[in-house]
Amino acid sequence: MPLISAIDAQAMYDVIVVGSGAAGGQTAYTLTMEGAKVLMLEAGRDYDPVKETPMFQDNSVAPLRGIATPEKPFGFHDATVGGGWTVPDEPYTQASEDPQRQFDWWRARMMGGRTNHWGRHTLRNGPYDFKPRSRDGLGFDWPLSYEDVAPYYDKAEMLIGVYGENEGLENTPDSSPGVLQPPPAPRANELLARKYGQSVGVTVIPIHRAVLTQRQDHERLPAKLHPNNPKAQRILAKSMSERAACFWATPCGRGCSIRANYQSTTVHLPPALATGNLDIVANAMVREVTLNAKGLADGVIYIDKTTGEERRVKARAVVLAAGSCESVRVLLNSKSAQFPQGLANTSGLVGKYIMDSVGAGLGGQIPLLENLPPHNEDGAGGAHVYAPWTRYKEQLAGKLGFPRGYHIELGGGRTMPGMGTGGGLQRFTRGSFGKQFKEDARRYYGSFMHFAGRGEMIPNEDSFCVLDPEVKDKWGIPVLRFSWKWSEHETRQAEHMVKTFADLISAMGGKVVGSDPRLSGVSGSKVIEKGGRIIHEAGGAIMGPDPAKSVTDHWCRTWDVKNLYLTDGATFASSPDKNPTITIIALAWRASEHLLAEMNKGSF
Amino acid sequence: MSLHDYPRPDRRTAIKWMLTAAASLALLDRKSLGAAMPPVKGYGFDVNLNRDYQPGDFWALTFNDAQRRTAAALCGTIIPADDQSPSAASLRVHDFIDEWISAPYPDQQKDRPRILDGLAWIEGESQRRFAGKFADLEEAQREKICADICHAPDARAELTQAAHFFERFRDLTAGGFYTTPAGMKDLKYIGNMPLAEFKGPPLEVLKKIGLA
Repeated sequence: MPLISAIDAQAMYDVIVVGSGAAGGQTAYTLTMEGAKVLMLEAGRDYDPVKETPMFQDNSVAPLRGIATPEKPFGFHDATVGGGWTVPDEPYTQASEDPQRQFDWWRARMMGGRTNHWGRHTLRNGPYDFKPRSRDGLGFDWPLSYEDVAPYYDKAEMLIGVYGENEGLENTPDSSPGVLQPPPAPRANELLARKYGQSVGVTVIPIHRAVLTQRQDHERLPAKLHPNNPKAQRILAKSMSERAACFWATPCGRGCSIRANYQSTTVHLPPALATGNLDIVANAMVREVTLNAKGLADGVIYIDKTTGEERRVKARAVVLAAGSCESVRVLLNSKSAQFPQGLANTSGLVGKYIMDSVGAGLGGQIPLLENLPPHNEDGAGGAHVYAPWTRYKEQLAGKLGFPRGYHIELGGGRTMPGMGTGGGLQRFTRGSFGKQFKEDARRYYGSFMHFAGRGEMIPNEDSFCVLDPEVKDKWGIPVLRFSWKWSEHETRQAEHMVKTFADLISAMGGKVVGSDPRLSGVSGSKVIEKGGRIIHEAGGAIMGPDPAKSVTDHWCRTWDVKNLYLTDGATFASSPDKNPTITIIALAWRASEHLLAEMNKGSF
Repeated sequence: MSLHDYPRPDRRTAIKWMLTAAASLALLDRKSLGAAMPPVKGYGFDVNLNRDYQPGDFWALTFNDAQRRTAAALCGTIIPADDQSPSAASLRVHDFIDEWISAPYPDQQKDRPRILDGLAWIEGESQRRFAGKFADLEEAQREKICADICHAPDARAELTQAAHFFERFRDLTAGGFYTTPAGMKDLKYIGNMPLAEFKGPPLEVLKKIGLA
């Protein structure tokens, strides 16, 4: 990326955007396309997926055959730089020693943040998801409805490129005609799950993922996205024409050098930079937002990690898009006489109601998939299908024992062999070795499937973060201390997940790998993943209709400071089972338009 | 996103765990080869992903010549050559296992004493039964030793520990072997190449799984 160094920043910008991922990328894109001068600050290093992505390296050329380690928690070739659940020199702490009461905080330290490695699952929140309290009396309603966000979902999907199909299912919204790209054909294991899922109430349909299955229509889409803005249309048309369609190889988690999937670094930042309105400084660790005498945000203070020096930059407005908890941390560290408990925190709710998705998984061995004729199953580098939540009526009637839904992500088959291939076969082979083992490995390769539930967590009083009173990071900035608790709403849901997966595995004629949750009297609190492990971090500065009970309004603007916005997941008033990225992008677009309108009105 | 099923302690915990593990092993069994202190530096949080790496590129390896010979012979007995692919030993999977047990990460450190002690047990058993080094035995003799420990539930009580070693060693050999180009070819994995289109499973696959 063509970046600037810290000393070359201008004296004044229209907007400072903190963070370069889904939220920061979309915010900078919308603002710069409309002519605003933007300074983006990224805490990590520069990163160029076109040059750095390992596209065809197999596992034999990676240390430890590419397996996950604490330094590369999603495997060696995964597109995560400088982070994971641990970031060197930047600790965080836990209020409790009990793992069940801890939150594992994922951060990347690279241009584009976690958009470089994410799963590309692009599921819209539905109408129920924005009004959960109205529906079952729990949690909070959002101060906006699906209809308010739907146009931005359409725009976001057209911009980033999403495959999928409209199924007309309850609370699983359709996109407008002409928005989605065609979904890829399902793989053998996905077809089997679709067939046998029906008998256990699991409806398998094409998933929506941010991967191009065909070239983007660079002649039609720019005019739809930027009517009356010929310059923006021209820039976007060029950027879209430079993106290739998927060539059906290499996992998306490595990133994509041909720009066939969505990463901020390949989709948002190139056109934003092409406007000439965007300056980006990397290795810029923001400590606090500064205020002027009128109580308006007038800039930020950051540490230039390359020199360790403290720097100030100024702007007419500030947008925090650092990742929910990192944005919260900046607010809590921005203390002043006016805001002794942290900026925009007169409600006392900054740091409260942090959420993750509920996660639980189960594997199965499916005899029907043994010894299949060789064929290429790489596909779009991730899932082609999933099972949305469909049991809304029986759930609302109280028949399930937990109030909110989950969707199922599934996969397996003849993927590129990794460290697990040929492993764990003892229970199927009675310990074969030698030539028999080679026969067994051929037979079982491709016959394993994995099912993972991703469910809604209801915000609760026990899941929050505060500043640690003692611990500071390498840059002298106070760190976050997390408190966490799953409630029975979540643990019962997790139990339902694994039992459903076991039923599905049985329906497919398969065997559960490991202990069968239907036999062992499994408890949800044992199978639920630790908080933070699904990396769907949301909340911490929730939006609402009432300044006393929320941190921002429905434009993602803080109630206390009218030129300060949060465009990441921090404002989420609930955490539906849908993966959060597309909602972050849609709301960032909507918030940025509001910011532009306010700025043009002269509000700040 | 899908998660791997591996524990992922933070670095501080990992180092503490390693030190504790090494210390307790030393206390329990001073002769344990696994008690040797491992190196503490991994490949780090930001490494060039576009390079090809070899065992030994990031941390020092462990095996001495004798251990390497034993490990290679065992790799070759677990995955021998056949008409479809070479043996794990000829692909130097034992060097990968050396890389594995020498790595500073918690999962690998857990395997280190089990593998090193297991290799020592194999040599001892080889001497006891056949009066020779494992690598110098006839293949049939090596198979006899392996047959006793290849399935923990069937193993004699005094061989339980050796059987757990064998299970782990077999998994490492398999992972190391099937990730190589020759191993992937053996399994008839035919992806990792650009395609003009993705058509889904061919008809013969659909027929076999009852969907056509």
